[in-house]
Amino acid sequence: MKWEVVIGLEVHTQLTTSSKIFSPASTAFGAEPNTQTAVVDIALPGALPVMNRAAVDKAIQFGLAIGARVNRKSVFARKNYFYPDLPKGYQISQFELPIVEGGQIAINVDGVEKVINLTRAHLEEDAGKSLHGDYHGATGIDLNRAGTPLLEIVSEPEMRSAAEAVAYAKALYSLVTWIGICDGNMQEGSFRCDVNVSVRPEGQAEFGTRREIKNLNSFRFIEQAIRAEVQWQIETIEDGGKIEQATVLFDPDTGETRMMRSKEDAHDYRYFPDPDLPPLVIDEDWIERVRNALPELPHDMQQRFERQYGIPAYDAVTLTASKALAGYYEATVAAGADAKLASNWIMGDISATLNREEQDITACPVSAAALAALIGRIADKTINNKTAKDVLKKMWESGDSTDAIIERDGLKQESDSGAIEAIVLEVIAANPKSVEEYRAGKEKALNSLVGQVMKASRGKADPAVALELLKQKLA
Amino acid sequence: MSLSLDDVKRIARLSRIAVTDDELAATQTQLNRIFGLIEEMRAVDTTGIEPMSHAQDVVLRLRDDAATAPNRREAFQAVAPAVEDGLYLVPKVIE
Repeated sequence: MKWEVVIGLEVHTQLTTSSKIFSPASTAFGAEPNTQTAVVDIALPGALPVMNRAAVDKAIQFGLAIGARVNRKSVFARKNYFYPDLPKGYQISQFELPIVEGGQIAINVDGVEKVINLTRAHLEEDAGKSLHGDYHGATGIDLNRAGTPLLEIVSEPEMRSAAEAVAYAKALYSLVTWIGICDGNMQEGSFRCDVNVSVRPEGQAEFGTRREIKNLNSFRFIEQAIRAEVQWQIETIEDGGKIEQATVLFDPDTGETRMMRSKEDAHDYRYFPDPDLPPLVIDEDWIERVRNALPELPHDMQQRFERQYGIPAYDAVTLTASKALAGYYEATVAAGADAKLASNWIMGDISATLNREEQDITACPVSAAALAALIGRIADKTINNKTAKDVLKKMWESGDSTDAIIERDGLKQESDSGAIEAIVLEVIAANPKSVEEYRAGKEKALNSLVGQVMKASRGKADPAVALELLKQKLA
Repeated sequence: MSLSLDDVKRIARLSRIAVTDDELAATQTQLNRIFGLIEEMRAVDTTGIEPMSHAQDVVLRLRDDAATAPNRREAFQAVAPAVEDGLYLVPKVIE
């Protein structure tokens, strides 16, 4: 039987505010335990929450960025459950009337664009942390994180593969860091995903029973967890079993998902409007102010890149993965580089080297202007593409300019046909077998001869000139 | 709608309120009386009336984003039953 996978995501993004959502305590990461708490965060009796304007502002930014409805009135609700890292006994969240409803995010998998609809995004507070260290059989509680503002972003169950789910998570990540409402630090838990997965026989209209994989904090884990869960669900059904609704955890060490809670002991949160917080009302002026301050968004920039620079959609999507990368590309082109060559170099050698060094573009030692100078020397045929790769490597290590390295190492390409001609004749004389093959109609033999010419010239010959001359001589 | 004894037990557990077997029946009666009141209210025709989310007709007050709270850990933890390494200690929880 063919199975269809159905996936929806709930993503908790930590908002970049200085203070907590309902208290003036700091949200800075990594402080000594419990040093960043105010009376509201530790739930002292009588302490009342006061809403942080910046958290609302950031939720509006997100709503506008995905083309959603920003509700002029939204309501905070109590989500009731008992856990020691939640000292009030309830989490302040939004239930019936969230701040943001609807909206869309475009994803691109293997060149195919798909639009994912969002259900809602709501404001809520984070809980504290439980530490299960050696505390004589007790659990340690750190409430520094309690009250950190979160925007929980819920998608419709519209993804049909692990690849689509990862593409969605990445697009969402790119957007929230792009508009600056989230710092994107996944190690510190600033962007955490819960993934709902179910399977159904292809062609069946109703959804299968879903299981929720909690708290995935890397794109790789999202992919691995979904694949493992899908396989488990299909095998369970094919073996005659039934999927029960449950919450599961992914164990990266075993690569398996394991049950955390079954439906029987699922929480009954008994939501109700929080009497401590009257409705949040947002006026038109506020929304207009936020709209006017929004930067150009990734999707708009992609389309502009295709139009303005004439580069393929794939390039435009890759180059707009982050604002910094897009800025680097535009600066390279503005410094005079050919738009497609600049794209090739940034997506190629520059990105590859940064990946190897586990750095991002902001740490690139070769400036956009320096890269443009290198590309300029390829375009004016001073050096060929292969030499340019070596020059870039040297620029990366030494910080020297393209021209200084070409001069110092004598890398200037030989395009004087007289000098190349001599080498071509030598190569023809030394490789009778390849010459014979080429004359017998084997086009590939010509590549080998060009290679020999490049080698004899120590990479300095212009390959196009060498090819032309070889064809002439062998005609 | 009326609650069974099992419903009462479940609600008591969710609320972490110890209701002894002797108290169950009385609690059930009281809760069902409240449901009776709710039923009465639900009978009122509210067509076209926007539901209230707060008892008063006020809007949420907002504050500027400034981290001004001082570190008062010592004072806060002075009343905690058990602390260590700056952490509040609670009976072990594993989920």
